[in-house]
Amino acid sequence: MIILRFGAYIVRRLSLMLLVMFGVTVIVFFIVHVIPADPVGALLGGNAPPDLVDQMRHQLGYDRPLVDQFGNYILNLLHGNLGTSLKSNRPVIEDIAEYFPATLELSIVAIIIAVVLGMMLGILSAVYRNSWIDHFSRVFSILGVSMPVFWTGLILLLIFYYILGWLPGTGQLNLFVTPPYRITGMILLDSILEGNWAALWDGFRHIILPATVLGYSAAASIARITRASMLDVLKQDYIRTAKAKGLSKRIVVYRHALKNALIPVITVIGLVFGGLLEGAVLTETVFGWPGLGRYVVNALLVLDYPAIMGGTLFIALIYSLANLGVDLVYAALDPRMRI
Amino acid sequence: MQSVANEKVRLKTFWDRRKPMIEDWKHTFYLWRRTKLAMIGTVIVLVFIGVAIFGPLFMPYDPFAQDMAHRLQGPSWDHWFGTDQFGRDIFSRIIDGAKIEVWIILLVSTISGGIGMFLGVISGYFGKFIDDALMRLTDMFLAFPSLVLAMAFAAALGPSLTNTIIAISIVGWTTFARLARAEAMKVKTQPYIESIKALGAGNGRIIFLHVVPMCLSPVLVQLTLRMGTIILTAAGLGFLGLGVRPPLPEWGAMVSDGRSYLMDQWWISTFPGIAIAIVVLGFNFLGDGVRDMMDPRLRR
Amino acid sequence: MEKMRGDLIDVKGLRVVFHTYRGMIKALNGVELWMNHGERLGVIGETGCGKSVTALSIMNLIEQPGEIVGGDVFFEGKSMQKMDENKLNAMRGSEVSMIFQEPVSALNPVMKVGFQIAESVAKTKKIKIKKAYPEVEKMLELVGLDSKRIMEMYPHELSGGMAQRIMIAMALSSSPKLLIADEPTSALDVTIQAQVLKLLDEIVKKFGNAVILITHDMGVAAEFCDKIAVMYAGNVIEYAKTVDIFETPMHPYTQGLLRAIPRIGISKKLIGIPGNVPDLLNPPNGCRFHPRCPHVMDICKKEIPKLEEVEPDHHVACHLFGGGKK
Repeated sequence: MIILRFGAYIVRRLSLMLLVMFGVTVIVFFIVHVIPADPVGALLGGNAPPDLVDQMRHQLGYDRPLVDQFGNYILNLLHGNLGTSLKSNRPVIEDIAEYFPATLELSIVAIIIAVVLGMMLGILSAVYRNSWIDHFSRVFSILGVSMPVFWTGLILLLIFYYILGWLPGTGQLNLFVTPPYRITGMILLDSILEGNWAALWDGFRHIILPATVLGYSAAASIARITRASMLDVLKQDYIRTAKAKGLSKRIVVYRHALKNALIPVITVIGLVFGGLLEGAVLTETVFGWPGLGRYVVNALLVLDYPAIMGGTLFIALIYSLANLGVDLVYAALDPRMRI
Repeated sequence: MQSVANEKVRLKTFWDRRKPMIEDWKHTFYLWRRTKLAMIGTVIVLVFIGVAIFGPLFMPYDPFAQDMAHRLQGPSWDHWFGTDQFGRDIFSRIIDGAKIEVWIILLVSTISGGIGMFLGVISGYFGKFIDDALMRLTDMFLAFPSLVLAMAFAAALGPSLTNTIIAISIVGWTTFARLARAEAMKVKTQPYIESIKALGAGNGRIIFLHVVPMCLSPVLVQLTLRMGTIILTAAGLGFLGLGVRPPLPEWGAMVSDGRSYLMDQWWISTFPGIAIAIVVLGFNFLGDGVRDMMDPRLRR
Repeated sequence: MEKMRGDLIDVKGLRVVFHTYRGMIKALNGVELWMNHGERLGVIGETGCGKSVTALSIMNLIEQPGEIVGGDVFFEGKSMQKMDENKLNAMRGSEVSMIFQEPVSALNPVMKVGFQIAESVAKTKKIKIKKAYPEVEKMLELVGLDSKRIMEMYPHELSGGMAQRIMIAMALSSSPKLLIADEPTSALDVTIQAQVLKLLDEIVKKFGNAVILITHDMGVAAEFCDKIAVMYAGNVIEYAKTVDIFETPMHPYTQGLLRAIPRIGISKKLIGIPGNVPDLLNPPNGCRFHPRCPHVMDICKKEIPKLEEVEPDHHVACHLFGGGKK
């Protein structure tokens, strides 16, 4: 019974997501094909002879009716073909497969930092409401979301790389370190799988700065929701009961309040993930991180349309999947939702 | 005489009907005064707007004047924040940039708030398939991280101030549409709407006189909450080279300008970044306070 | 050291305020109350008169935005205002327990019922939670529940009556000297109310705990309690044996309150008390009841009457009985 209903819920959510993804494709297609800008001109340079441009345009199918082009694109999409990048001359799907793991790895480390930091600040704020601890942790978390990540990244590079020399600069690995054999594409994970401790250590040193910048920027919303949710829970009758039982403040907070307060926090983690993908575009650019964000930015700068469409669609897909996952976890976590 | 008395009665019922709202505003003002962060935020935002308006009066140099003899100079008494690779005074450029940021915030808020209100009210008021269609549309826009979508729009339109504004507005309307829709649906079912409908009021009249005013305050609150994000998005676009282009002193683009000089001429990137951080901090303090004031769980 | 009026609890001049955006709500305005071991005290009054706040003050559980601004509560002669948090925690749940009005929301929704009771047992007996389960079973059976099944349940699976039995089991598992029951039955169905009250009566009789029963139901109080304290707008205005309160009520408010209760077999007209409960933001000067009092005098508008012993064991706070004479 329970499993059946849960299954129906998942099916409904997935079909809704399919519809949304179709719409997302329309939007992306619209951006790329209807808004005037000249991909071929950009590709060939401004001084290309007109007939060459026309020939190229014909070759790429840009002279056919829009509906045709769109139908074609969808057809290819269903076969898992995202087209060929104008710049790298490789299938876009291969490019994505190459660059996405780096983004995923960065996002995972960042979200761990964000959740740990955010929840810590939020809990402290709520428990010591209106004390200096509360004020400090709120200001600290708001500061994180207020500083532009690209700037924070640059400043940290300036301090820890240029001035102090404690941490490496850009990239995922030092040139002199043998990279691990590519299994998942995530350097840290692959290093562990291979037992390549030198690469693991170097990869760890490289990821600290970008992940910290990204995680700190995302911590604020987690801190805020944790605080509000915690304050809400601390006002509940069952907390009064726990206090009336004579349990210590620590047990009341961590055993009785926290689990209840976490449920709304999980819902924002999905949102935070979207923010992370956004921030990843900027941090990857600053730290020369070979991820999907930087790939899309580079595609945008040269108007590499197939790459733009593929990359953007893929990011939207990941974002939607993350939100779906969070909703499912939420549904599974609350004992009140189980019957 | 009669009409004067009548007017008085009308005026009294007018105020009586709005009493809960006035009480509400009083409560909000009380909370604002108690929320230190909100007060600090308000001050920062006011100073920011002041700089944008009156800044040119205090600008020591022309923000666009190149002075190759004094390029890449560190902070000094002459150039408080130093000079960039063209010898332009960074302090003056930051002050001039405030104008651009305010301009972006104002236009983006108006456009995205307007589109969102319009679509949201229509969707909430008429319901049915219009509502379904518009809500699916917001779902689709919300499926993107907003910066990524804005980047795509900005790139396709070509980088410029106008296109930055268009791109951020197109991406940002969904939140307001959802808010306005929820509010419109609430208002629609109120008994007094039923009664004026029975009296023969048309849809247009009801929407403009009754629904839109009710949607206004939640949308305005949400707008103030989003202003910090708008600046960050604009700056991000500028930094990536997809937004406002040099020589306009947009702060994000200025940070990007200084990237290649970061090691030795740290001030070129640092000061515009601090400016962004302070202003966004102001908006976020304000927004955080406002959210606390609006949060029924924290409000008492 | 002052003399204690009751050997279990002595509340002296307790003042509690709540800070809100509209100003300070003076919830308790010098409450006087005392009781001995094993006694059953009923606290009655309208909603918002400060009954629950008094109860929470005895547990020292008043929190932001509330604040105890004056007076003290003495538990077996020890000042609770002077106790530190550790001592208070040692006392709460072990020497004084409490059950609440909304039993279902008073239980933690994400923890199994058995664990929540076991936690209480373990804390009092200073044993591991795992070792407390046999005792939990015993308590659940005592309150008439199928212990094996109930222990594994979550609170949202329980009815209100079951939840309140669990609260009772939890509160009494530590055999406290005092049980505070804050409107324990008012959220329940009428038939369940009687059952729960009977259960409480039996168990308390068995263990000999003192009880403070907070209620707005005069009938319940009359049946259950030895003594009754009547509260009005943050003060105890009359305190006497149950019989005396019902036979010879002295305070005009108590008299009004009793006239407002329908009784079977007596066809007397019901009379409500005119006027409204005062706004505690700006309470009336002097006696807080004076705007509604049929016997109001000049002095009532200026001076707050003290709770004084007018007849043996019958205490009234009213200027009509000033100085102990009529």
